[in-house]
Amino acid sequence: MSNALRTIRGREHLTGWLLLLPALMLLALVFAYPILRAFWLSLFIENLGTNLEPVFTGLGNYVRMVGDGRFWQSLWITTIFTVIAVTIELVLGMAIALVLNESFRGRGLARTIAILPWALPTALIALSWQWIFNGEFGVWNDILLRLGILQEPINWLGEPGLALASTIAADIWKTTSFVAILLLAGLQSISEDLYEAHAIDGATPWQSFRQITLPMVMPQILIAVLFRFAQSFGIFDLVQVMTGGGPAGSTEVVSVYIYATVMRYLDFGYGAALVVITFLILVAVVAIAAFLLSKAQNRTEGV
Amino acid sequence: MAKLEVTHLNKTYSPKIVPVKDLSLAVEDGEFLTLLGPSGCGKSTTLRLIAGLEQPTRGEVLIGSKNVTHRSAGDRNIAMVFQSYALYPHMTVFENIASGLKLRKTPVGEIQQRVAEASRVLDLDGLMQRKPSKLSGGQRQRVALGRALVRKPDVFLLDEPLSNLDALLREQVRAELKQLFQSQNTPVVYVTHDQTEAMTLSTKVAVLYKGDLQQLDSPQRIYSHPANQFVAGFIGSPQMNLLTLPCENSHALLGEARVPLPQVTEPQPAGQIVLGIRPEHLQVGKQPDCTAVRGQVFLIENLGMSDLVSMHVQNSELTLRALIANTTLKAGDELVLSLPPQQLHWFDIETRSRIPVQPETVAH
Ligand SMILES: Nc1ncnc2c1ncn2[C@@H]1O[C@H](COP(=O)(O)OP(=O)(O)OP(=O)(O)O)[C@@H](O)[C@H]1O
Ligand SMILES: [Mg+2]
Repeated sequence: MSNALRTIRGREHLTGWLLLLPALMLLALVFAYPILRAFWLSLFIENLGTNLEPVFTGLGNYVRMVGDGRFWQSLWITTIFTVIAVTIELVLGMAIALVLNESFRGRGLARTIAILPWALPTALIALSWQWIFNGEFGVWNDILLRLGILQEPINWLGEPGLALASTIAADIWKTTSFVAILLLAGLQSISEDLYEAHAIDGATPWQSFRQITLPMVMPQILIAVLFRFAQSFGIFDLVQVMTGGGPAGSTEVVSVYIYATVMRYLDFGYGAALVVITFLILVAVVAIAAFLLSKAQNRTEGV
Repeated sequence: MAKLEVTHLNKTYSPKIVPVKDLSLAVEDGEFLTLLGPSGCGKSTTLRLIAGLEQPTRGEVLIGSKNVTHRSAGDRNIAMVFQSYALYPHMTVFENIASGLKLRKTPVGEIQQRVAEASRVLDLDGLMQRKPSKLSGGQRQRVALGRALVRKPDVFLLDEPLSNLDALLREQVRAELKQLFQSQNTPVVYVTHDQTEAMTLSTKVAVLYKGDLQQLDSPQRIYSHPANQFVAGFIGSPQMNLLTLPCENSHALLGEARVPLPQVTEPQPAGQIVLGIRPEHLQVGKQPDCTAVRGQVFLIENLGMSDLVSMHVQNSELTLRALIANTTLKAGDELVLSLPPQQLHWFDIETRSRIPVQPETVAH
């Protein structure tokens, strides 16, 4: 310690930590405390059965979780939701970003419009989509019927498989624009010279996309995946408003299940345990993605 | 066999922006053509038209007497070095150089061999696994050259490849470039606005100005016989003295001095003519057979091996600048300069083009 203090670097480190202290304390208060409090709560049973009094159970809640089919089901649904939504959003987002990156008349306007779905409140969007997919009055049915694709109206949000697909569609509509704008920023940083040099080297547009565009926007792609994964894994508002987790639990994502556990069944201890596990899964995946991201960034920046 | 030709090339972006107006040129195997001109005169546009990165509004591009005007850039078998080098930042030096060969499905063994050869010529050994961001400016420049060389193209195109290098390195790389392309029997089109590069590297120089070809000639002839007043003023450093003089009978009046007009000249309608003489051709003192001009020195600029002396010509508003080696002149001194008649250039006051002097048509 005294040794560290003697060197200039050691003193600089100490100053650095001192300056960071207020921010760290604020972060601890806002993030660390609630997380630790949730973890602490997860070690207790606190529900209607205990008259909402905390009774210590150790890892009892976690043992219960292992046998909780509904939890595993919700985890599975969340995973399906996330993987499908994020994949389609990336593909569509890239396509839109490529179009918006071209110069054409009214590009500024198109870019502004593209960000709109992302800027609207989710609850509003969820409500709109609920009506769009409505079995009796929905626009979607109307379009399909008029085009002759459907003979009978379908209750989109009333059938288990279709309901999940419908929520995924709504999520894609809302967040593709976010992905597109993020990727667009990446595309704009690629110099036109590179494409010209590659074309002279004999590359087709598809080869240029594979060998120049994709590797160069990989950092943005990974950032988009990271953001979208975290958001999608914790999705609540859209699903809650559109289907409330139904029909028959077919759209019950983890957040909706936790919400039901805590707010409907008032099972606070178990709910906290669910939160802790979901949190850990998220942290693990985000850590992996962040690791990949730093590697990809090193590659494109040529380290 | 693979010579490059452009005929009546025109590029019109909009009625106001016509960077290439009507350009016709031919570059033979082993010839090094430089497009020289001030910024915005259409040099890069011409190069991009040849490369196929831009479609001409009119005119044709022929490579090896095949019309490639409507072929894509990748189909023309040309190689281009960009001003920014345009190295792929996520690829290693090896991958950068090999990229064009891989895209053309060259066998791996041959790729290895060609890259190794280029790397030896350009002294890139040991850098092969680095990324461009870990290279110095000069090294990046050599990688960009390597990428062009391994392709063994029908035509080399280079767009100001030295402008991102510092002065010292530029001189060194310029010499390397000259050797490198002398050993390649391929047409080279080189774009620059640096006249030293143009004069040292090229076998032919095309001087462009506002989309028009001013002169297409060997560097020596461009220097000794500028086709018009623009070329005369643009080529040569320090700049040529260009003086608008009144004519009287068969003489132009430079202050009190009377410079004999070239014999072929008709009396100019306006009674005026432009006389050009390079500062390095003016001689100190009264020399035999020369017109002597008297004046007063007002500025001396030391250029190292000689001084650039500016003087007011006696009894006129005109100034003359002369390059004089190890002089002891000071501002305010009297000076007599002689104008050797064979070093004089005459330009028409209206058309600004060169007025030929009788013997010169035979010379060179
Ligand atoms: N895509 C384009 N659209 C419209 N005008 C253009 C375009 N590209 C170039 N120009 C115009 O054409 C003219 C010639 O440009 P060019 O790039 O050929 O100049 P240059 O001789 O290479 O100049 P520099 O030495 O500065 O590179 C310029 O006035 C430029 O503004
Ligand atoms: Mg240019």
